[in-house]
Amino acid sequence: MASEYTPRELMVSAAAAEIEDGDTAFVGMRLPLIAFQVAVSTHAPNSMAVYESGVVRDSPADGFIHTMCDLPNLNRAVSATGMIDIMSRLQRGDIDVGFLGGAEIDRYGNLNTTWVRAGDDEIRLPGSGGACDIACMADRTVLLMPHEPRRFTEEVHYVTSPGHSPNGGRRTDHPAPGGGPSTLVTSKATFGFDVDGELYLRSAHPGVSPEEVLTDFPWEMNTAEDIGEGPVTTTAQPTDEELALIRAFDPDGFWTRS
Amino acid sequence: MTKQAVLSLEEAVSRIEPGSSIATGLALEHAIPFAAGHELLRQGIDDLTMIGPISDLLFDQLVGGGAVSRIRAAWVGNVSAGTGYRFREAVESDEIDIEDHSNFSIALALQAGAMGIPYLPTRSLLGSDVFERSGLFREEIDPFSGDRITLVPAISPDWAIVHVQRASPDGDVHLWGNTGIIDPAVGAAENVLVTAEEVVDPDVITSDPSRVAITHDQVTAVVECPFGAHPSPLAGHYNRDNEYYLEYHRRTKTQAAFDEWADEWVHGVSDREEYAEWIEADLSITEPIVAAEVRYGQ
Repeated sequence: MASEYTPRELMVSAAAAEIEDGDTAFVGMRLPLIAFQVAVSTHAPNSMAVYESGVVRDSPADGFIHTMCDLPNLNRAVSATGMIDIMSRLQRGDIDVGFLGGAEIDRYGNLNTTWVRAGDDEIRLPGSGGACDIACMADRTVLLMPHEPRRFTEEVHYVTSPGHSPNGGRRTDHPAPGGGPSTLVTSKATFGFDVDGELYLRSAHPGVSPEEVLTDFPWEMNTAEDIGEGPVTTTAQPTDEELALIRAFDPDGFWTRS
Repeated sequence: MTKQAVLSLEEAVSRIEPGSSIATGLALEHAIPFAAGHELLRQGIDDLTMIGPISDLLFDQLVGGGAVSRIRAAWVGNVSAGTGYRFREAVESDEIDIEDHSNFSIALALQAGAMGIPYLPTRSLLGSDVFERSGLFREEIDPFSGDRITLVPAISPDWAIVHVQRASPDGDVHLWGNTGIIDPAVGAAENVLVTAEEVVDPDVITSDPSRVAITHDQVTAVVECPFGAHPSPLAGHYNRDNEYYLEYHRRTKTQAAFDEWADEWVHGVSDREEYAEWIEADLSITEPIVAAEVRYGQ
């Protein structure tokens, strides 16, 4: 029986599972900062992380990090250079997996972090940062967001980070060279993208029913079963080892327990 | 450019004219020149165009202080808390213009400026509204491969403001830790203002030419400015003051609240020495790492 955990701790565990041993991961802000450290400490000891600030790491930071530039993330880094170095790795195809967040997502994994609509008003968000670049050029991307129905929309108001083509075939009919989104992790479920680049429900988190997840989307979403991938499963709970690591990397729970 | 004398922060910043374009916050969350930014506010230098990758708070503060007309950046907010309320309100009410970039497009724009060429091509941006709505980028066919490609036009700012660990009085600079887009921005800018934790003997700098990030011919003014990047971290000197970012977020939801905050933290402080006394958090380096000695010679 696993210990008690928060939805964000489970999201970190699920995000970490998306990093395979040997991968180079492009890590941005917030939960992925913790997820890479968990992955490299457990199943992916030969993975590497790059940060657009210019940092390359292959080990966890020895201390809590609010941002990629916190000094523990610089200490004993593989290298500390500049953004052109890091983005060039991305552009030439060296990045296996990148992490992205979003205020809005549509069925093709287009993400919006720039402008959202609220009634008649437009609300300005911080913008792309490196997200558009990661979305365009990483071999695959993993998307993380809170599970809130208002975030799931037929058409995002602004495509900050491009997903798959609406014409089918994922990225074949799309100008971005990367592989596009492969997984969405929310605070209630995980999703994949099918051969046409459309979201489908892969697993529901423990205690959440697949039906309740599906009703949160404004379109009729397929499940793994619908597309012949087998039944919708229950998302793996974080292991005791993962929880211990998450709580060591985020001791006050700033990112994962609030 | 000839070698420069060390100036006071006040004198150096006074050389920046209203209406200038300024690239700063170039190392992302690291080494942000907050002291120079606050001096811009104290002197009321306005109508500025701010250029940067992600601005972790400083652009929000400059917008709140009424100094900014236009922003060309990839992200503006508060990395610890998300939204920068002053930026958000100013953009939503059309008080400032925003030209949206990705981190790579702003890097390439400055790199093109630094290389003295009109644009650089990239495989990023196509398929995004960063491309579609910025009105800045061009799609072309690469004449060699036939691939669809984005052209990013050069940006050459009037000023780059950079905070560094140490500089000689002449303006030769040692800088370490991650550097983001400092190199391209310094190369692209017409003028460079360097604020340094320490101004050191030129022999210190010339002892390690491979660590020189900026040379004196590029530099317009050098300022000795201890703690000049607070609340951002500076490798080897101090950690990030996380609580400052959270407090700023709590205290600046309205313009009136921001004004009160700025009276305390910007206008109520005469210089950086007085400012340093306000800092409550212990940001000192508790586990120093000294790099292995590097030898040159002949």
